[in-house]
Amino acid sequence: MTDSTTPPVVDRDTRPLGGPTTLSPQAVGLTAGEGQEISRRLGRVPSPLEMRMFGVMWSEHCGYKHSKAALQILPSESPHLVRGPGENAGVLALGGGWAVAFKMESHNHPSAVDPFNGAATGVGGIIRDILAMGARPIALVDSLRFGPLDDPRSRRQAAGVVAGIAAYGNCVGIPTVAGELVVHSGYRGTPLVNVGCVGLVRVEEIAQSRASGPGNAVLLVGARTGRDGIGGAAFASTELDDASEREDRSSIQIGDPFAGKLLIEATLEAWRTGEVIALQDLGAAGLTCAVSEMAARGGVGITVDLAAVPLREEGMRAEEILLSESQERMLLVVRPDAAQRVVSIYHRWGLSATIVGEVGPDPVLSVRDHDRTPVSLPPYALAEAPVYRPAVREPETLRARWTIPSVPPADLTQALLTLLATPSIASKQGVYEQYDHMVQVRTVAVPGAADAAVLRLPELPPQGLALTCDGDGRLVALDPYRGARRAVAEASANLACVGAMPLGITDCLNFGSPEQPEVFWTFRQAVTGIADACRALRIPVVSGNVSFYNESPDGPIPPTPVITMVGVIADVSRTARIQFSADSFIVLVGPPATDLAASSFLHAVHGLDAGRPADVDFKVHQRVLSVVREAVTRGWVRSAHDCSDGGVAVALAECAILGGIGAEVTLPDTGRLEATWFGEAPSRFVVSGPAARLAEVQAFASTLGVPLHVVGSTGGKRLRLRTQASGPTRWTIDLSVETLLGAYAALGQTL
Amino acid sequence: MRFGVVTFPGSNCDQDCVYVLRSVLGQDVDAVWHEDRSLDGLDAIVLPGGFAHGDYLRAGAIAARAPVMSAVGAFARAGGPVLGICNGFQVLLEAGLLPGAMLRNQGLRFRCLPVFLRVESTDTAWTKTLREGQVLQLPIAHGEGNYFAPEPLLATMEDEHQVVFRYCDADGRLASSANPNGSVRHIAGVCNPAGNVVGLMPHPERASESVLGSADGRLLFESVLSVLSTRRMSPAGALR
Repeated sequence: MTDSTTPPVVDRDTRPLGGPTTLSPQAVGLTAGEGQEISRRLGRVPSPLEMRMFGVMWSEHCGYKHSKAALQILPSESPHLVRGPGENAGVLALGGGWAVAFKMESHNHPSAVDPFNGAATGVGGIIRDILAMGARPIALVDSLRFGPLDDPRSRRQAAGVVAGIAAYGNCVGIPTVAGELVVHSGYRGTPLVNVGCVGLVRVEEIAQSRASGPGNAVLLVGARTGRDGIGGAAFASTELDDASEREDRSSIQIGDPFAGKLLIEATLEAWRTGEVIALQDLGAAGLTCAVSEMAARGGVGITVDLAAVPLREEGMRAEEILLSESQERMLLVVRPDAAQRVVSIYHRWGLSATIVGEVGPDPVLSVRDHDRTPVSLPPYALAEAPVYRPAVREPETLRARWTIPSVPPADLTQALLTLLATPSIASKQGVYEQYDHMVQVRTVAVPGAADAAVLRLPELPPQGLALTCDGDGRLVALDPYRGARRAVAEASANLACVGAMPLGITDCLNFGSPEQPEVFWTFRQAVTGIADACRALRIPVVSGNVSFYNESPDGPIPPTPVITMVGVIADVSRTARIQFSADSFIVLVGPPATDLAASSFLHAVHGLDAGRPADVDFKVHQRVLSVVREAVTRGWVRSAHDCSDGGVAVALAECAILGGIGAEVTLPDTGRLEATWFGEAPSRFVVSGPAARLAEVQAFASTLGVPLHVVGSTGGKRLRLRTQASGPTRWTIDLSVETLLGAYAALGQTL
Repeated sequence: MRFGVVTFPGSNCDQDCVYVLRSVLGQDVDAVWHEDRSLDGLDAIVLPGGFAHGDYLRAGAIAARAPVMSAVGAFARAGGPVLGICNGFQVLLEAGLLPGAMLRNQGLRFRCLPVFLRVESTDTAWTKTLREGQVLQLPIAHGEGNYFAPEPLLATMEDEHQVVFRYCDADGRLASSANPNGSVRHIAGVCNPAGNVVGLMPHPERASESVLGSADGRLLFESVLSVLSTRRMSPAGALR
């Protein structure tokens, strides 16, 4: 251990491996201007080691320098809010002394280079964020985007990512309960892997990450520090090229889910002793980030002794120790007299726990390396990256894409089968099966069975939590403001289908380079859309993540904000699934679809991403949600499913396939037949229930002025669809449920 | 009754078992740590699912050598009821307390889904109150559940009624399409010759409340409770 009176004198790193006596900002991925800012903040030229620490801390991945200002408009007000943005995860109160912590993060760049390990460590990383709030992780969700699966590279990435999520999540004992998997040519070369985690914590046991109390010990716990993931944050802040797969391997962390499991148990046990003052996980930028953020948040200093850090191999250089992103590590601030007790908890779980530093009274972050002090600077200088307001420009081609080229009429039967077999819509059963989605005995609605995952809360019976994640890069590319609103609306629609009230969201914003004005315009529009939608629904954005530079030689990805929404169910025994049951009425709730703008139909049948997506009228949307939620929670209906990708035809087909039961449906005429069946207007639902309860649903919808049409009934083994204009005898689409299932099972065991 | 639920470092279904035994079945439950050497005062032992030591080596291979397993062996030899679920089953195989071995699933994938099981033997502490041929619905969640034993051993096991559960369809018929992992002779669970030690890959604790989709798993715990209370009344009585 070092003493806390280390003078702020900087020794230059003069060891042979230490390199030159100064390092240019460009050598660590920063600009000349940023180099000047560093010198201004320090009042001197930084040492090479300091410059490397700035390189990772001021990378886009850690520093949020391009996004920070734009994110200020996201609402965080909520009567349930316990911890908002800026913490390791957001926390909302559930009542009864319990709270839910949640956050979503991207692991796109590592997953492109090493799909298995990239995805696995993405899971491990987000789990530690939840753990850092003192919460027990109870569920994982994931939102994945890949290039077309007939491309071997995309298929290998998709299979590797799924296997990586399974390997980590299954071993660590947290169920993977919800998610989405979207395939689009825009993600060829740049897959997206967004992983979210939800945890439960008692309100009075919520942890925090502010270091405090001069003289307190700083403990590094968990796995030993190795040479993996050096500079991963900086790597995640650049575009990928063809060589990345070969050359960026050393930037990839390797996960150890067993160690992750031990870390969860040991850390929760240590936290509950009451002796731990602050907790922080080691993720991007490793020890550098954890130490500087803990000190900056607490307004104190920390002195770290590198010689005390347990290492996996000998001869690691100071910068390697400080920048390593070795997984399954956390940093704790503990009262010195309790340090041994905490250490022994970790030892009992077979993990290392070592005092590597001490909290000091003055806001100085010092790093001791044997008899030298190569780092001595104010923590905030590192932790507060500069904030930019990048230029914006509406993409020139945007409005031109709102005009839908004229297309010949399609065979509607074939169109339905094509849509059902589209990877983004087709059954993901082969994927869900690879995830343990039942461990922790909470899972009431398994993945794919309902529009949102349903978890019971034995802590607060009979309540439950509902989780969903949604995003649509195709819509956002066509109109970022509306597309982002649609994503929030879609998430709230999914929650309504299981009878849940939305509580809040976390978002994961995946975009190209913010230095391109068109990309940043799109980003700002999307953030505004999310903010407006959340204000309309009166829910907060409690946490989130921005991933820029998702670009490959093919260009930037479709702009893809992903929304993970958490909701509360009053009684988990009163929820609904997608599947039809026999002898039920079928009603369509909500306004009709009148066009094919931005539809999956245009994409899958005609290869077109065109048309301006319909906007959400949140006043109408809220009323429609109320009708669906009420119908579900009062037990008036047995099934509820929102019409999204593929419109009402696909929604009906999914209800039939999952129930193994047919239906006869006649829709009112609303214009072009293709739009009636495959248009994707928001705020529309297919619900079904016993005839005896129909009047109650109708009466409730009528009092709220919500459009509701009784469109048919379930029964038989065929799905038969027509509109009123087509006459009483001719079906527009008439397919056996078995044929529908054949198309829907197209993915099979591909992934 | 007082159950002991063993926690190896990477057990992840231990708390699920504790929850079901305590909150659903109203029993006393002691947490047993893998380094414990005594099981005094316990009426039955459950080895839960999970990844005991990460299972980077063969599943259960390291856990089978944990200090607690000597005590579990002694408890079993004395006729005490022991249930190994999933990873717990793998540990019992590796410890030699049950016959056979596990291979990786046919298809080499982890699989989590509900399956049907046919009760093949009611001659065990954990199935005594069930009916032979009864069909149960329980979920599986494993990557190494492909049960294997050589033919001569299988013949002996069949003769001795040591095959306790087989994978089947909803109507109780055996079919390879109903076998989720390629297990030889569709075997999902086995017991020792005395019938007090049972291991199975499916998770009864995940199917002990109807809100989770099935309450069939509770029958196994209710069986052992019935056996234990009978034995309490006549301590000399054998388990089978």
